[in-house]
Amino acid sequence: MKTIKLFPIAVLMILFSAFAVVGNGYKIGDTVTDFKLKNIDGKMVSLSDYKEAKGFIITFTCNTCPFAVAYEDRIIALDKKYAPKGYPVIAIMPNNPDIKTGDSYQAMQKRAASKGFSFPYLMDEKQEVFPQFGATKTPHMFVLQKTSKGNVVKYIGAIDDNYKDSSAVNTKYVENAVDALLNGKAVEQTETKAIGCGIKV
Amino acid sequence: MVMKYFMFIIFGLSLFACNNIKKSEKKVVEEAVVEINKNIAIRDIELEVFDFNGLEKLLNQKDGKVYVINFWATWCAPCVKELPYFEKLNTEYKGKNVEVILVSLDFPHVYDSKLKPFIRDKKIASKVVALDDADMNTWIPKVDETWSGSIPATVIYKNDERRFFEKSFTYEALEAEIKPFLK
Repeated sequence: MKTIKLFPIAVLMILFSAFAVVGNGYKIGDTVTDFKLKNIDGKMVSLSDYKEAKGFIITFTCNTCPFAVAYEDRIIALDKKYAPKGYPVIAIMPNNPDIKTGDSYQAMQKRAASKGFSFPYLMDEKQEVFPQFGATKTPHMFVLQKTSKGNVVKYIGAIDDNYKDSSAVNTKYVENAVDALLNGKAVEQTETKAIGCGIKV
Repeated sequence: MVMKYFMFIIFGLSLFACNNIKKSEKKVVEEAVVEINKNIAIRDIELEVFDFNGLEKLLNQKDGKVYVINFWATWCAPCVKELPYFEKLNTEYKGKNVEVILVSLDFPHVYDSKLKPFIRDKKIASKVVALDDADMNTWIPKVDETWSGSIPATVIYKNDERRFFEKSFTYEALEAEIKPFLK
């Protein structure tokens, strides 16, 4: 009798575990595989180059998405504020420039120069890094914390809760996450959702 | 003889000139009319703008109709590419109690400069509404828990039966998803 009662629960558990596997890319708590991507200055950049960093603010972004553009100044501000504290911004452009010519390597160089990016703006040339992260759109943020076992994902999602107006923002998700990590606390809101432009493959 | 010939040329030239002037005048007038039409049309295009509370009603109409809600934007190339399929579905399945609603996520400052001209120029016949709600983390999971936030995204529902798709459609694929709802 007991086994019969347990059967639906077992089925449910199998279903749930199956669902957990379905979503691709890193989850909170996963350790990130390092990458080696070309920066706009021609040099290759890896996370391991940052010996002093305590962690990273990774943003998948591009030149052409209105949401990414709306957040450019806020990404620059994040780097200004947190790079000195050990959490530099690393921007990765995931789109295929053959589909989106406005995201070509030259266009990236131009955009970075005109906006004065203080952080690397890397091209995911083989489009292999963004699927590892599970990035689906631009902008898509990942906050990583450097630990003894590697760079661990601590936050995934949006920068804040108002893409239109930085002065009307109520919750700064990324800042809250990094502040918590800097203070040795757990990140409260580990995942948020936002509209973005699908990554062009 | 020479004089006659000369007169003929003058006459011909004047005709030609006259014709030309008329043509260019006509063109100017036509352009002006088009311009006026354009401006009137933009003003005449009504666009309902909702925050998520407002939009939620459109996502939960329990009247036995099959609703196809497509989230899109003029800046989203794959969305623009699949719009004709949604338009076609709306036309072909109108008699079968199916309605397409296109929810634009364009930024409010481009409603008049981009969204409305797009609706006019592409002659969009389906209902278009705009969603203007900056607090995306609150409303995205209310549309569907699994939605990461990329567009195009589509909800198909009838009463309490509901499916969500975070992907692009072909007309055939869209039609295939509609059919089970019509049974």
